[in-house]
Amino acid sequence: MTNPLDFMAGRVSAGKMSRREFIGRASALGIGAAMANTMFAQAARAATPVKGGTIKMAFQGGSTTDSLDPALATNTVALMVIRFWGEPLVELDKSGGLVGKVAESFEGSADASTWRFRIRDGITFSNGQAVTPEDVVATMQRHSDDESKSGALGLMRDIKDIRVDGRDVVFELTSPNADLPYLMSDYHLMIQPNGGRDAPDAAIGTGPYILKEVDMGVRFVAEKNPNYWGDLGHADTMELLVINDNTARVAALQSGQVDLIDRVPPRTAKLVARAPNIDVHQTSGPGHYVFIMHCDTAPFDNKDLRLALKYAMNRQELVDKVLFGYGSVGNDTPINAAYPLFTELEQRSYDPEKAAFHFKKSGHDGSVLLRTSDNSFPGAPDAAALYQQSAAAAGIDIEIKREPNDGYWSEVWNAQPFCTSYWGGRPTQDQMYSTAYLSTADWNDTRFKNEQFDQLLFAARAETDQAKRKQMYADMGQIVHDEGGLICPMFNDFVEATSTRVSGFVEGIPGQVLMNGYAPHQMWVNA
Amino acid sequence: MGQVATLLAQRIALSLLLLFLVSILIFVGTIILPGDVAQSILGQSATPEALANLRAELGLNDPPLTRYFAWLGGILQGDLGTALTSGQDIATSIGTRLGNTLFLAFWAAVVAVPLAIFLGLLAVRYRDRWPDKLISAVTLASISIPEFLIGYLLMYFISVRLGWFPSVAMTNDSMGFWDKLNAIALPVMVLTLVVLAHMMRMTRAAILNVMQSAYIETAELKGLSGLDVIRKHAFPNAIAPIVNVVMLNLAYLVVGVVVIEVVFVYPGMGQYLVDHVSKRDVPVVQACGLIFAAVYIGLNMVADIVSILSNPRLRHPK
Repeated sequence: MTNPLDFMAGRVSAGKMSRREFIGRASALGIGAAMANTMFAQAARAATPVKGGTIKMAFQGGSTTDSLDPALATNTVALMVIRFWGEPLVELDKSGGLVGKVAESFEGSADASTWRFRIRDGITFSNGQAVTPEDVVATMQRHSDDESKSGALGLMRDIKDIRVDGRDVVFELTSPNADLPYLMSDYHLMIQPNGGRDAPDAAIGTGPYILKEVDMGVRFVAEKNPNYWGDLGHADTMELLVINDNTARVAALQSGQVDLIDRVPPRTAKLVARAPNIDVHQTSGPGHYVFIMHCDTAPFDNKDLRLALKYAMNRQELVDKVLFGYGSVGNDTPINAAYPLFTELEQRSYDPEKAAFHFKKSGHDGSVLLRTSDNSFPGAPDAAALYQQSAAAAGIDIEIKREPNDGYWSEVWNAQPFCTSYWGGRPTQDQMYSTAYLSTADWNDTRFKNEQFDQLLFAARAETDQAKRKQMYADMGQIVHDEGGLICPMFNDFVEATSTRVSGFVEGIPGQVLMNGYAPHQMWVNA
Repeated sequence: MGQVATLLAQRIALSLLLLFLVSILIFVGTIILPGDVAQSILGQSATPEALANLRAELGLNDPPLTRYFAWLGGILQGDLGTALTSGQDIATSIGTRLGNTLFLAFWAAVVAVPLAIFLGLLAVRYRDRWPDKLISAVTLASISIPEFLIGYLLMYFISVRLGWFPSVAMTNDSMGFWDKLNAIALPVMVLTLVVLAHMMRMTRAAILNVMQSAYIETAELKGLSGLDVIRKHAFPNAIAPIVNVVMLNLAYLVVGVVVIEVVFVYPGMGQYLVDHVSKRDVPVVQACGLIFAAVYIGLNMVADIVSILSNPRLRHPK
């Protein structure tokens, strides 16, 4: 860029510079505030989306063995393909609230045990069939009946009955749940004709695009759905390539073959961002990397030993050296600001003296065995080695055992008492805690059993007063922070990159990767 | 001529027997793998009834011998079965993938084989002088660097910096012939570099071996030029070992290119096999294994036949 003002205007058009920042920088160049204001408005107008064209993207995670059945979706590629053709009842909005999709509105009974969704009138599936409340009921049943293999099965457990009432679909719950609408935004729960019972993998839904070409684990092409009810989607054609190799994916963006990629390796992200035709975006999310101890297995059944190991963790060092700054420090709870109703607790920081104190008090003698593997999270063996060093400074000897990637999730995670792992996070605190911290949860990978915590969890689920709920979640966070077997050193950011051929990527959208999976829809090809 | 025919018949029969033995090995290998196929399809949530139903449906309750012959019978009729994960016909899915793999291997061979033989001849002609040393050094370096690294290097310099060829070699049916060639340019280059050294060194060694013979000296004495001696007298007698190593490398181009397929995102057999191995999709693994074995055995058989035919003592028995 020859002219700093042109460069700044470009940043504004790309949505990367605020009015305040623009005026501030403009005045540094000797331009008055009124003038700068006008210029900002002009630059921002250039950010009006352009219709048409093709957006090409490359993501990690697809496999030849994948299915188009949304119930079986497990990876980023499956999520992004689902977002083309399908829609759930409701979806997260930009601020973490909910907005209607197939349902135009919803309301719960006063005690949150009955929920009513009004199905949007006059919308059709991509095969021309009108969407009926019966289709919605059939969809929900397919994901929750006994034969269901759906990834959303766990979310549907508390639903007692689903029935049609005029244009409404009514959910009756076994126990009250104020978060039920959030569960309905799950990406497995795409509304399909007759619930997808006839052809689960037909990819027919109400989404803004229609799948045209499918080569599993290789390439997908989708075109704009001419009958889409909403205004989502700018490009005419979407082309999605599966590129699992990190270097190849970055090279495809650098050589201009694709416009959008996910999972830029943090190690090279700064280098990639230096190219003039590439923008790297980071969004903090609920995903986190963990060191987990079984609270019911010696020696980790001792609270002082757990505290010693928590104080021995240098969180900032791990964020700097393992995430290369693309993340934020954790605080030994699975919850961060990405969740609604989040309350910040006092930050636990590296304190060798406290660690040594608690370690001595625990009476534990000898070393502590930590198991890790390359696939437990990117850079896990490095993180374990750094942890070993910071713990050694507190007089705690950590022995590291490197386990093979193959079989890590069946033999080590949720089986061995101390290991490294990761969590992708959930849309609500209730879901995250119910999945992994409730005494009876299948995936209670810290064997955390606390009666008071369980009671609070059920009470918070039924509570409709948001202020009270927030307090309950804060209390639960404090219990896990003090008593739990979770050492959470860091929350990892989503690091994604776009070429300057396209615009419209916005950082900081809550939910899943890639603007909650809607990045291709929100982006457009520059004219 | 009768002796040659017998030898060829023997060779072909041996190959078929070998393929049959390999099919037993593949079948037994996939059976003794830990874990039950029905269990791995249904996953953790499997109920005993569902397991029993699926086992019956897949014929897992039959004795292994019956299952083996049912499987073999299917293959002889061109029926490779259906994939457990997607429920699709394996023959159809493999057809496209195998076509892609052969397309890539063919063009890599078209570039690599003549180049390797030419460089080998050149190295012999100028042996122990700088062209020989240069060719040896470059080809040995290219075979010593891991192939994915060569891939990344070419990708960075040729695709990202120079923008000559695409870094993603993904081909699809809507592409024209020249577009496809353009797409696979980089993987062809990498594969050429990887197989070049082996074939070139073998050509050089085989011809040098022949060059020690008395009749080469005679040829030189009757005044033939260096390249003519090699072309007319040395090369025809060195064909057998050269064809052997060429076939070995062709087989590698078909069955050993998984890494290259991943790096360049090329939809060939390798990626297809790896995906299904990780999901324990046994029928697909068996089918791929058998196809790879057939390619390997077939190419080696061709090499044997060529060396039989190129042996004058066999062609002109006393």
